[in-house]
Amino acid sequence: MFGSLWSSFDTNFFDEFRRPDGEYDTPTTRSAWPAGIRAVRRGTFPPVNVGTTPDQVEVYLFAPGLDPKGLDLSIQQNLLTISGHRSIGADANADYYRRERFEGDFRRVISLPDDVDPDRVEAGYREGVLRISVKRREAARPRQIEVK
Amino acid sequence: MTESQEVATRGSAGTHAKSHEDEVVLRPPVDIFEDADGITVQADLPGVSKDRLSIQADRNGLLIEAEAAIDMPAGMEALYADVHSTRYARSFVLSGELDPGRIDANLKDGVLTLRIPKRLEFRPRRIEVTAG
Repeated sequence: MFGSLWSSFDTNFFDEFRRPDGEYDTPTTRSAWPAGIRAVRRGTFPPVNVGTTPDQVEVYLFAPGLDPKGLDLSIQQNLLTISGHRSIGADANADYYRRERFEGDFRRVISLPDDVDPDRVEAGYREGVLRISVKRREAARPRQIEVK
Repeated sequence: MTESQEVATRGSAGTHAKSHEDEVVLRPPVDIFEDADGITVQADLPGVSKDRLSIQADRNGLLIEAEAAIDMPAGMEALYADVHSTRYARSFVLSGELDPGRIDANLKDGVLTLRIPKRLEFRPRRIEVTAG
């Protein structure tokens, strides 16, 4: 069920919202497309997905192994900031072959649509995914107009 | 240090994507370290619950496959995405001194920790020198 939901979500991401290469600040970029002023390098921790419905905006941060109490979440108008620290408890006596998992301080700033209501935000952390739901203002919702 | 070569990726995307050719498979980041008793593999699998995780291990290799379940309201449209799939897969070749039959797995807050013990005969043993 989630799979199929995600699939349609996923297709949208690829087909309608595929970002031009210039969106990412890569050294090989030749594209004339400007990057978002707050866009971050690909692979920045934690990865973020943002989706919208007429009622709300959903932000998903894929941030496993965190203590949700140590997260700092703030919203100012439509600007959502998430910062925190991830400690993975590296074993000093062990010999590492691979260290690919992120460790350290992180911060992401996400600019949401202008019509979000910063007073109605909910956040939950489950199975390593932080989900933040922000309601949109009534006036911004599509309204049926009656023809007289 | 020889293990570093043996515990090498087998090109997970290539071998496992075949059955889901049109699907994007994510390669989760891992930490791998060794101590005297075995090897520990830790993988970031956000959104994965116990029942959507599959770990297969035999003499030759270790295969981790998982599917994330993300709660989404109906009719949601995408605005921005760093993550383009909910499928994870990664595989490793195991070397002979590791015991795939006694792997211990733990999943917490989207982090999988696998403990692969060495066979007893391969654990370093301290040899006591007794004075004659």
